[in-house]
Amino acid sequence: MNHFKRGLRAGIPIGLGYLSVSFTFGIMAVSYGLYWWQAVLISMTTVTSAGQFAGIGVMLHPGQYIQMLISQVTINIRYAFMSISLSQKTDSRFRGISRWVLGFMMTDEIFAVASQESTVSRSFFAGLTVLPYLGWSLGTLAGALLGNILPDRIMSALSVAIYGMFIAIVVPELKQSRPVVLVVVIALALSCAFSYIPLLAQVSSGIAITVCAVLAAAIGAWLFPVKEDETHG
Amino acid sequence: MDNLQFFLYLLLLAGSTYLIRVIPFVAIKDKLHNRFILSFLYYIPYAVLTVMTIPAIFYATKSPLSALAGLIVAIVFALRKKSLTVVAVAACATVFVTECFLPI
Repeated sequence: MNHFKRGLRAGIPIGLGYLSVSFTFGIMAVSYGLYWWQAVLISMTTVTSAGQFAGIGVMLHPGQYIQMLISQVTINIRYAFMSISLSQKTDSRFRGISRWVLGFMMTDEIFAVASQESTVSRSFFAGLTVLPYLGWSLGTLAGALLGNILPDRIMSALSVAIYGMFIAIVVPELKQSRPVVLVVVIALALSCAFSYIPLLAQVSSGIAITVCAVLAAAIGAWLFPVKEDETHG
Repeated sequence: MDNLQFFLYLLLLAGSTYLIRVIPFVAIKDKLHNRFILSFLYYIPYAVLTVMTIPAIFYATKSPLSALAGLIVAIVFALRKKSLTVVAVAACATVFVTECFLPI
């Protein structure tokens, strides 16, 4: 199977998961007073979940351009780490203009799937982005136009698709590597702390994700540095 | 909100998101060799995914109980090395079935 096709197939669960998340975004954007085409345009140009939800929140008020910028940078800084991480795995042809174009689609889920590859080729990554992009755009369109047409139960069930994928990536690695167990346990503890401890819980979710993940990974790297060849497994 | 204001907001929203993603991707062309950084980059996906899943999954569905059921089934399937799609579908199906029995 060629790389593009393999990427396309790997994007199926992401696309499905995105349908439900962006559907919710579409509903919410319209309820915030945006037109359907504005909601779709935001999704097609931005392709991020937390950032877009925060973004339409800022749009409720006129003239808050600095707030928009600050909220986006803090929520999205995790993508910078993902891009650095993936830059280490790309093959020799995945350079120049293709990075400017395909880097646009560096979402949490696409990064997660791509980072499972030992080397990421340009065509695999390109294939991987197709269905998630369609899912994200069409889901927003459907949500904005149709509103609450899907039964609650279906929406509720679809909303765990993304988490199912995350679990499918993390859990097998727990069996392979003790240090990853430690990193995951630290990440878990920090994440719960940032959700339930009063002052910490006020930190916005984007910053909390970045802080927790960076701390957990840094502690792991400090206690259990990996050998150079292991990082490409 | 008028159109001008919408497009200004959109430019900031989409533009900043794009640059955060692409600048590091384009700027780092060579293989890094620092052992700490390599280790950090190896661990970061697992850390990010864990943080994004727990506790968020418990608030994604109509009831934390159905989410818990979905989580457990996903872990069991993942331990058996099922593909991402299979694990995701199994989790969704579990949530759906569980919620049929829950009083919500």
